[in-house]
Amino acid sequence: MGGSAGGVGALDVILSALSRDFALPVLAVQHLHPSDDGSFARHMADAARLPVVEACDKERIERGCLYTAPANYHMLVERDGTISLSVDEPVNWSRPSIDVLFDSAALAWGEGVVAVILSGANADGVEGMRSVKAAGGFTIAQDPADAESRVMPQAAIDAGVVDEVLSAKEIGQLLAEFGAIEKL
Amino acid sequence: MGTMGEAEVEPTETDLLLEAVFQRYGYDYRSYARASIERRTRQFLSATGYASVSEMIPEVLHDKELLARLTRYFSIPVTEMFRDPSVYRVVREEVVPLLRTWPHFKIWHAGCATGEEVYSLAIVLKEEGVYDRATIYATDCSDEALERAREGVYEVGKMKEATQKYQQAGGKASFSEYYHACCDAAAMDGSLKERITFANHNLAVDEAFGEMHLVFCRNVLIYFNRELQNRALGLFTESLVHGGFLCLGTKEDIRFTDVSNRYEAVDRRARIYKKNGAS
Repeated sequence: MGGSAGGVGALDVILSALSRDFALPVLAVQHLHPSDDGSFARHMADAARLPVVEACDKERIERGCLYTAPANYHMLVERDGTISLSVDEPVNWSRPSIDVLFDSAALAWGEGVVAVILSGANADGVEGMRSVKAAGGFTIAQDPADAESRVMPQAAIDAGVVDEVLSAKEIGQLLAEFGAIEKL
Repeated sequence: MGTMGEAEVEPTETDLLLEAVFQRYGYDYRSYARASIERRTRQFLSATGYASVSEMIPEVLHDKELLARLTRYFSIPVTEMFRDPSVYRVVREEVVPLLRTWPHFKIWHAGCATGEEVYSLAIVLKEEGVYDRATIYATDCSDEALERAREGVYEVGKMKEATQKYQQAGGKASFSEYYHACCDAAAMDGSLKERITFANHNLAVDEAFGEMHLVFCRNVLIYFNRELQNRALGLFTESLVHGGFLCLGTKEDIRFTDVSNRYEAVDRRARIYKKNGAS
């Protein structure tokens, strides 16, 4: 999942729908000030029922955990189920960048990826959504009418890379269902 | 043997490319963190117009110029002055007092890239009055990056942010004392270079060099896979004296490595560790 301006509020709503035994891992990139010292991860830990981990390099990805990208690092997924961080140049003026996470997830996990683009004021995430869709994954945009800042989800919708447009509440319900299916 | 699906073609292509580069030129990127290498390979493809990695491989094998451009993509140096100011504050407050107990001490800055952080460290040592007792080895595997580090000339536009970070890091003077601005360039003061030796060293193939009191290696290991991380950390552990310090990037966690039991944390958040006696 990726969010920018207004993204934290949407994440709060979505994560309230996911119970402690959620059967999938969740990775979240939220655009942060470079000097953020983990306050986003602490906020999520308070808001979510899932255990929250601010990702370290080579962290093993476990089901039912929420991994947040630390400020000033890109977060990438490796095929061996671990997280890599990088300090490469910002993408779309953002580090972490949503495109970087989504591109790497598409490469590593292909059709197993559900990419969710949330409220935000720039166009980060559009290329990543394109990669996820091309690799056979599923893409969701927060309904611009439901988003605090509509630019980012609208950019993805306009680019034609979105499978479903849903409110934050509906996204939470759908992810919970995906989790339930995964458990069968 | 089964055949592979379309989804597995790209990793195979990357394997072939890295193998080709290694076999033909001896540059070994096979142990680099794969996700970043693939991202950079894709960027290279879109910059050069090749449709696929497979299409590029034969060209790379025969065209040294193209290889040079590719490896430049693989080793883009990314660093800045006083990156993570709080780390430099901990170095100043927790590490320097112990370095001071040695009449002379050696520092290995591994993967110094274009040198911004080695100058940052030199400034801290100078302000704490221990710079003259230090010998700093600043190494990198890229001669191009080392040349820029040796020159120590940076964009003057970056000095504003550097000044802020220097202050957050507990700087005691005015940051402008450490560089000379000329047009759009800022040249680091020559006195900062006196105790620094720049040298080529490749953590993937070269050996340890000895009797270090502090090894500084930040945001380099994140570009390596676990195997190469463990090799590099092995070199650092071999190089450090008993009680010597290791400083990693703030999101590089020694817990996930082979040497976790060789160190105790001095400051967990700053990722500063002290080598203990156990083996």
